[in-house]
Amino acid sequence: MNLIIPLPLLADADPYQVGEKAFELGVIFRHGIRVPRSLCITKDAYEMYVRSTGLMERISLELGRKDFRDMRWEELWDASLRIRGMFLNTAMPSALVKNIRDPIEGLFGNRPVDVRSSALGEDYTSASFAGLHESYLNIKGIYSILDHIRLVWASLWSDAALLHCKELELDVHHGTMAVIVQGHIAGRESGLIFAKDPAYGGQAVIEAFYSLDERFADGMGEQERWVIDRATGTVISHEGAVQGKACAPSVSEDPLGDLRPGLNKVPSLSGEEVREIYRLALKVEAIFGSPKDVEWTFDGTDLYTLQSLPISASSGKAFGDSRDSHLGMGRGFENIKQLKVRIEDELIPEMMKEAASLSHTDLTALSDDELAGEILERTATYQAWERAYGKYFLPFAHGMRLFGRVYNDTLRPHDPYEFMDLLRSADMLCIERNARLEHLAEQVRQSPALANALRDGRETSGFPLFDNELTCFMNTFGDLSCSGALCGREGDVVRGVILKLALKPMAVEQPRTLSMEDLEEYYLSFFPEERKCFARDLLHLARASCRLRDGDSIYLGRFKGHLATALDEGRRRLSGRLPKIRDADIPKVLKGAAFMPSQEPEFTDDIWENRFTLRARQLVGQPAGSGIANGPARVILHEKDLIDFNTGEIIVCDALEASMTFIIPLASGIVERSGALLIHGAVIAREYGLPCVTGVPEAMSLIKSGEQVTVDGYLGIVIIHDQ
Amino acid sequence: MDFNLREVTVAGPRQLTLQMKDLFTSQGLAVVSTQEHGQPYCNLVAFASTDDLKHLIFATNRATRKFANIDEDPRLSMLIDNRSNRVSDFHEAVAVNAVGLAEEILGPEKDALLKVYLAKHPHLEGFVMSPTCALMRVRVDRYFVVSRFQHVLVLDMKE
Repeated sequence: MNLIIPLPLLADADPYQVGEKAFELGVIFRHGIRVPRSLCITKDAYEMYVRSTGLMERISLELGRKDFRDMRWEELWDASLRIRGMFLNTAMPSALVKNIRDPIEGLFGNRPVDVRSSALGEDYTSASFAGLHESYLNIKGIYSILDHIRLVWASLWSDAALLHCKELELDVHHGTMAVIVQGHIAGRESGLIFAKDPAYGGQAVIEAFYSLDERFADGMGEQERWVIDRATGTVISHEGAVQGKACAPSVSEDPLGDLRPGLNKVPSLSGEEVREIYRLALKVEAIFGSPKDVEWTFDGTDLYTLQSLPISASSGKAFGDSRDSHLGMGRGFENIKQLKVRIEDELIPEMMKEAASLSHTDLTALSDDELAGEILERTATYQAWERAYGKYFLPFAHGMRLFGRVYNDTLRPHDPYEFMDLLRSADMLCIERNARLEHLAEQVRQSPALANALRDGRETSGFPLFDNELTCFMNTFGDLSCSGALCGREGDVVRGVILKLALKPMAVEQPRTLSMEDLEEYYLSFFPEERKCFARDLLHLARASCRLRDGDSIYLGRFKGHLATALDEGRRRLSGRLPKIRDADIPKVLKGAAFMPSQEPEFTDDIWENRFTLRARQLVGQPAGSGIANGPARVILHEKDLIDFNTGEIIVCDALEASMTFIIPLASGIVERSGALLIHGAVIAREYGLPCVTGVPEAMSLIKSGEQVTVDGYLGIVIIHDQ
Repeated sequence: MDFNLREVTVAGPRQLTLQMKDLFTSQGLAVVSTQEHGQPYCNLVAFASTDDLKHLIFATNRATRKFANIDEDPRLSMLIDNRSNRVSDFHEAVAVNAVGLAEEILGPEKDALLKVYLAKHPHLEGFVMSPTCALMRVRVDRYFVVSRFQHVLVLDMKE
């Protein structure tokens, strides 16, 4: 077992032990190119760590909850967070520390280092995984270095890397990794040279940051760009940095700082320096026999090579895969802040305005042809907003994720979801709505006469306080408590829910041991003074992100509701002729009576279907809300299932939609076919302290309404009891 | 309006039974559990299954405890699994627990079921053909299919 290999010996090492990146660094060094002092922690060290600590088995269990091919990205993110938590909370065994500590200290002393990933294995080459694994810069002190080696190891299981494995159908259970520890150079200018531009093969491209540090991996900061003609070696064009941002020499999540005034108007590299970088790229190309992308930095006038990468691995352009979008999962603080402004200042007001304009149309006054047009228009509007939702709103959820990651990396909590406690009650719209419902229910509890009136379906005008507040509620939330067929009689539905809430036994409130202020203070106490401001800003951003996870789907629900109302009007008109018709066929039939809807395919006879009855006994999902609950299942297939929902039942649904959340106060547990821990359902479940299991693929097909089920929110399993 | 159900592919009886048949083909031995006055008792047996999965077949000496137990109480459970005793078992191993009633095969069906059994275990011909050996059949009522550590589906045999 060879745990550490110094730079001078890396060229002789097995690339499958040190990784392609470390091996190539060794080769470059042997050819006399200036490289910072470096050493490699081999894959043997990683394997010793995960084997001796039992992490390998725990990772295997975590990723074996369901078929890896069936895991959605939200589930991969959850799994990745839990795995990262395992690495954060599992110390290196002392035998390993003993072996690697002295060589690291001996080589670097107290000087800062960069800790870089060097992935290996046939399918795990740096070409494929460039940017998906992590590197940490400017790390000081042996304990911090050892800590960051673990973080680089953990990045083998990052959500982006897992998604990439899934896409390439790699065996996710057999990943391994080497690490390069390299002396940190606070370069005057740093950057990459793409020796051969994948788009224009005859050109090389130099990208440079005005920086004290290099931050290409995150694509942050504005770079300067030189395009060089490979045939002549002359500069074809130069574009300068314009935004005036530089990379700061820290490891913070917000490393962008303002440039000194005027600096961005001056090219950061002289003509000779540009040529020197280009000559370096040619030399590296000659060594390996093919062009490479080379990361470089200038320390004063000395040019250093930090690493060489397979061509365009760093740009991701040559792969034709979705690695770019996987990289996008690691959205930075600045990027999320910009999204917040766009969503809050532009998109939501636009959505509200457009939704309001739709509600003014009197559908009953339209001709069949006009109604068909209205349905198609509303479908297009809904689909357009659904696309915008995917493009802007969903990525904004990374605000919560970034916060969770920073929280966990800094505080190292035992529970990787502890950070959610700081995001509780972040002014969520559905919580506010349900609190108003509870307030109305309390009035019913106090007045048996009012309860009787509601039970008998009588008018409540004799109870003016209740009636006024109900009207006010309806004006504010009416269209939020339903999204379709119920809208016409939403008053009845809301009254029914209020009555059920009033009759529900009152839960005893568990006092919180720590107030929100205490939690905030505790969180901030882990950050040094100079980072407290960033920590506060990040918490603020995460709360906005959490709030929007609730509100955005409610806003989107309005469009869905308007579409549903139009479809219901169409269905009503056609009910005499076509009692059963698919949504998509309604406008077609309304437009031309001759159109005959296609028939649903008949169930095909199957010998095995006839021989066996399949049912579930225990289904595995993801634990998304701790606790255990027992009760009859209520499978939510239609809106009617919401009306029929009884106190104490378990919600079983495809995904908890905003239009369903008014039944949450009545429920004792939640099971979702999709969902994930930071998705709407789990966020609300946590808010109400309900056991919740998400990501159960068979939930809607194998659980039937009325079946007695147990939701184990600790283990993420659902048990269906014999009837 | 119905709540959107996205594309969902969940294994039905067909897929599950195909997986079970693969498992039964790949495994030669199973654990049989009988009971004696309420005390569970387990044995390893060489097993085979009929193509329709209605029956599981194994052979035993008539002088064995399990034969006596079955004679006393034919209720039986048989576990067939593909564990490798490695960590990967937690996400890769599949275990099928069959429950039903066991009986010795004596009638005209014996030739056909013996053929099925010996096709899988030809080396046991001498053992099975011994006059002291009984060819046993389990009429399966129910299969419990366990995968990924905790995922449990139930297949009930229809009459």
